[in-house]
Amino acid sequence: MESKVEKFILPNGLAILTKEMHHIPLVSQWVWYRVGSRNEPKGKTGISHWVEHMQFKGTAKYPINVLDKEISRGGGIWNAMTSLDWTTYFETMPADKIDIAIDLEADRMRNSFFDEDETSLERTVVISEREGNENEPLFRLGESIQKASFKRHSYAHQVIGDLQDLKTISRDDLYSHYRNHYTPDNALIAIAGDFNTDEVIKKYSDAFGTISDKRKDYFVPEPESELPESQAIEIEGPGDTVYLQLTFRSPAAQSEDFFSVVVLDSLLTGPTSLAMFGGGSISNKTSRLYRALVEKDLAAGISAGVQATIDPYVYEILTILQPNHPLDKVRVIIDDEIDRLKNGMVSEEEIQRAIKQAKALFAYGSESITNQTFWMGYASMFADHTWFENYLLQLEQVTPQRVADAAKKFLDFDHRVVGVYKPRESGN
Amino acid sequence: MNSPLEVTQNLPGPDSIDRFVLPNGITLLTYSNFNTHSVDMIGLIEAGGAADPKHKLGLAHFTSMMLSRGTQKRNFADYHDLLESRGASLSFSCGTRNTWFRGKTLAEDLEMLIDLAAESLRQPAFPPEYVERLRNQLIAGLAIRDQDSAEVASLLFDQTLFPGHPYGDPVDGSMETVKAIQREDLIAFHRDYFTPSRMIVVAAGAVSSEQVREWMEKSFSGWRNDQAKDFIMPPVPDAPERIVRSHRTLEEKSQTDLQIGTLGPSRVSPDYLPAYLGNNILGQFGLMGRIGESVRSKSGLAYHASSSINGWQEAGTWEFSAGLNPENLEKVIDLIRSEIRRFVEEPVSEEELADSKSHLIGRLPLSLETNSGIANSVLTMDRFNLGLDYYQRYPALIEAISAQQILEISRKYLHPDQLVIASAGSGIEKG
Repeated sequence: MESKVEKFILPNGLAILTKEMHHIPLVSQWVWYRVGSRNEPKGKTGISHWVEHMQFKGTAKYPINVLDKEISRGGGIWNAMTSLDWTTYFETMPADKIDIAIDLEADRMRNSFFDEDETSLERTVVISEREGNENEPLFRLGESIQKASFKRHSYAHQVIGDLQDLKTISRDDLYSHYRNHYTPDNALIAIAGDFNTDEVIKKYSDAFGTISDKRKDYFVPEPESELPESQAIEIEGPGDTVYLQLTFRSPAAQSEDFFSVVVLDSLLTGPTSLAMFGGGSISNKTSRLYRALVEKDLAAGISAGVQATIDPYVYEILTILQPNHPLDKVRVIIDDEIDRLKNGMVSEEEIQRAIKQAKALFAYGSESITNQTFWMGYASMFADHTWFENYLLQLEQVTPQRVADAAKKFLDFDHRVVGVYKPRESGN
Repeated sequence: MNSPLEVTQNLPGPDSIDRFVLPNGITLLTYSNFNTHSVDMIGLIEAGGAADPKHKLGLAHFTSMMLSRGTQKRNFADYHDLLESRGASLSFSCGTRNTWFRGKTLAEDLEMLIDLAAESLRQPAFPPEYVERLRNQLIAGLAIRDQDSAEVASLLFDQTLFPGHPYGDPVDGSMETVKAIQREDLIAFHRDYFTPSRMIVVAAGAVSSEQVREWMEKSFSGWRNDQAKDFIMPPVPDAPERIVRSHRTLEEKSQTDLQIGTLGPSRVSPDYLPAYLGNNILGQFGLMGRIGESVRSKSGLAYHASSSINGWQEAGTWEFSAGLNPENLEKVIDLIRSEIRRFVEEPVSEEELADSKSHLIGRLPLSLETNSGIANSVLTMDRFNLGLDYYQRYPALIEAISAQQILEISRKYLHPDQLVIASAGSGIEKG
């Protein structure tokens, strides 16, 4: 089952990662573009995600509705995702049906219509998606916190985009964004499963080799390594739940600090799975903050997670409270636990435990070919595929001292955003 | 590359699944998958929310959640340290009919997981401190649920479709009923309904069948419950005979969630598979079938719109759901009803039928890829008596269904003027 990842680059710049696995007759293909909300200037927020929606609206060869039927008829699953640093499209198919997926992705790398009427229909769909998000108190709180966490960097806005921009972005804006970024030199394909590597590379060469467009007008923001001065944000709304979100700067995925923060997070709030499909999860009932808050009846729940990103992003600790829980006291306790980390109160044993948990989560995520292929491409968006292969080794290098140093560097009380969502007093 | 026939024969079936009944009545099914390093366990005991007294709704759910809050051998901290230090998980949940448990672990720690599952099910301690702590956590969860428009629409739908029946009640109860539950109620529920004779366990992953059986016998063999009460599910009410509208107002919501539907075939009914295939055409295939095409692709009225079939032992539902701007509520209801009308008036096209058949058959290997996918499928085959060769027969069963059969069976269940229509979001409360 364990085979090596091989890397190929076509003359037009398209990178291809392959991994043969023959234990089950499936193939998963992921086509990645190095464009996400990070590459969106002001006034065009949400455009990468909207382009992703338009990629399901047809080409001359695969008109709308033909496209999706081709994949579904083959017994495959497919979808697409837009994130901070990337946009990706995947198909997981029975092994004998993969040719359709290759042909379809080559076709929509350059031939999508972006029809005027379809664009305006999709405008209301995207706005509807945003309205669904707005129903969640945590989306509203998170959106405000993220805006406060960056002065200029485009990580300040949500991937879905600001409502004002979703109302004004035009068909031509979308089409230019597509043509400028959906180019072989800005793309990477990851494929894993039951195929022959030489044959599949020949197929990619035939399908994608004639596309010669180059990436244009690539907007790259200046990284922001430090959060602005400490800020407090308070939002009111309906309900009976209080949310406290402490937000700090997190290191970029390529930084050596990243793995120290992964361990730190695991000790504070429990391990996070990096799998997107078929992974299991591990509870966090022995984590430091769970014991200090939930076990002391001061909070109903605690969670956090580290995201692997190109530029420094945010590390957020979320606490769920009831209106009778003492908000200020909870914040002080979280700060005390962070101070314990800063003071070096970390044992080698705890780090070993975090590594064992990461190993288990890795084994769980590897059960799914779709997820394994996701990992190959995902890591390539902010590092390269060896980032995942070396992930456990990197964690093993983390020492108690490095955890303490990372806590001092990133969990800085003078540079953070304290966000609170409170139930409105009068309502309900 | 494998031919479709080979694919089918490689699916879990009587040759690769082992089934035992332990002396105390536990049914154990195992499937070995040495392509992975882990094992998934899933199990159920017939002990669900249907047995809750009306003024203590949420009792079965509360009981299930207490199973991992300490046992007679181990306190909460030791219990979770054992699991988390090995990167394993074990959780309990509850439905109307069953209490469920799900565990996942690296294969090397499976013995520990089985032993801990046995301890939780046989000897929960219900520590008073944790009864109160969990109660507060459950109440915090209910507060979040009661602000979630999709959850509220779904609860309202169930309540309207199953008036007075346990399927109409929320398994997690309400703030008021959860506050009324006492520690003695939890102990009594466990004593009255937890019995090995009504338990099924499936293990799938990197372990031999003999090994699982040995560990299961070691951990569970002394368990009996001769005083267990019968678990009774009352008959399901009739389907609605007109349009029944209801709406719950939630403040400051940009989106309204809508759920429409009626009764559907049970999982054991011969109508189930034709209805399931038909529903794939109606609201699943491609970008959510005809419903997705009508509501999302052609009208741009919603980000999500689809339909689903849910079949259980004695009943089922046929549901249509969408999330939309409150201004478009009536339009979307009309679109969905007109798709239902078309679906029961004319047969699906041969092309649609061929597409959905090909999809459902083709995706079998994918749904059985992971250990949890396999474990779930094996459990479904056993608890609904589908036969352990069900997935091997499945392609032929699907191929045999005709457009006319789908039409006749759809007419038995669906009528555009006989539906429960529940919504939650802004607007005036109704129903």
